[in-house]
Amino acid sequence: MREINVSQITDVVEKLCIEANQHLPEDVKCAIKNCRACEDWDIAQGVLDKIIENYEIADSQCVPICQDTGMACVFLEIGQDVHLVGGNLSEAVDEGVRRGYDKGYLRKSVVGDPVRRGNTGDNTPAMLYTEIVPGDQVKITVGPKGFGSENMSAIRMFKPSAGLQGIKDFIIETVETAGPNPCPPMVVGVGIGGTFDKAALLAKKALMRPIDSSHPDPFYADLEVEMLEKINQLGIGPQGFGGKTTAIGLNIETLPTHIAGMPCAININCHVTRHKSEVI
Amino acid sequence: MEKHITLPLTEELAKTLKAGDSVYVTGTIYTSRDAGHKRMCEALARGEELPFDPTDATIYYVGPTPAKPGQVIGSAGPTTSGRMDAYAPTMMSVGARGMIGKGARLPEVIDAMKKYSGVYFGAIGGAGALLAKCIKSAELIAYEDLGAEALRKLYVEDMPLVVIIDSEGNNLYEEGKAAYLASKK
Repeated sequence: MREINVSQITDVVEKLCIEANQHLPEDVKCAIKNCRACEDWDIAQGVLDKIIENYEIADSQCVPICQDTGMACVFLEIGQDVHLVGGNLSEAVDEGVRRGYDKGYLRKSVVGDPVRRGNTGDNTPAMLYTEIVPGDQVKITVGPKGFGSENMSAIRMFKPSAGLQGIKDFIIETVETAGPNPCPPMVVGVGIGGTFDKAALLAKKALMRPIDSSHPDPFYADLEVEMLEKINQLGIGPQGFGGKTTAIGLNIETLPTHIAGMPCAININCHVTRHKSEVI
Repeated sequence: MEKHITLPLTEELAKTLKAGDSVYVTGTIYTSRDAGHKRMCEALARGEELPFDPTDATIYYVGPTPAKPGQVIGSAGPTTSGRMDAYAPTMMSVGARGMIGKGARLPEVIDAMKKYSGVYFGAIGGAGALLAKCIKSAELIAYEDLGAEALRKLYVEDMPLVVIIDSEGNNLYEEGKAAYLASKK
């Protein structure tokens, strides 16, 4: 049994909140540059150039890439041989978010009540997910999620008879409906299977996976490639001004499901797809 | 077409701008999002004056990050304009002609734009660090309690924008996509 003080988790969450908001992951930068090289539409080239210039400014001056510094989605993979000491884990994570959003000059975008509103003033609470895994380490991932794209996400409980075609049509329909709103070029996270709630979580996790990676099952790996190609034939383009580059990546995550169902969730992200991890 | 314009956005100037134009904007603009628009429209309904003169004004839909020491403003890219659709016709009816944001607008907003010669500009969503460079001064003028959503007066120089919907209702979101797809046939 390894003891880890939750104050260490606070420190890492604080650091990751700041770094994730200032520095775009290399896989996302690479995908944007590759798309710029393949883009043949004039106005789209101009937009992609400005998007590249923007993340370079954020990198060199350590400022937020986007003003929507998001809700802090925090994923903890906790080794089953770890004993967390020194306080309440959720409070420790929130304290990390609180400090990170203050010290990093990040925007506080969380309201304390969904209907009656009212800003909490410190971007807490975090959206915290914990998972118990083998081992004696804790892996912490922070993915700040903006809501321009979150608002364009969708979930549907399909009948199994809808089949693969139903999923394909739903992905295209969701991206077309999103259009210019989620700041394309987008990253599309697809979760298929599980239950209603698990499908949504899978879609979110799909956005945390590097976009140059593939689903381990060739059936879904091929589907990722096929759907990204289809999305990039829609013509929406960067910012919706027209062009080839509507999405820079599409990841699918799957789980077994019930004989009566085929849940599918689609979580849309923008070109500022942020996530950063560290292992304690 | 590339154009350099100086605000205020008079009716005459608005009518020269066409959907798809790349426009570098210099002058004074005001920031507001959902909560600020709600308050302004409630103030107008009570017969009160707005915190700024709306005549020929341009409103930027933005909630910036806090400024670091030495910065004029933090990162400041556009938010989704559709959330202001409920308020935009009212704002145009009192003279606020320009809107800067991103994303689709409702038909009733486009109708109001045709009626009042409004222009909807797009700034690049997600390019907050780049857009902040064009903002030369920022002053909080009302609704401080709204934090990032407070009403600010900005002076911008050569802010890179694209006309998405012009005063005749032409829409780049429809025309740009259609032109690109036609080029692939």
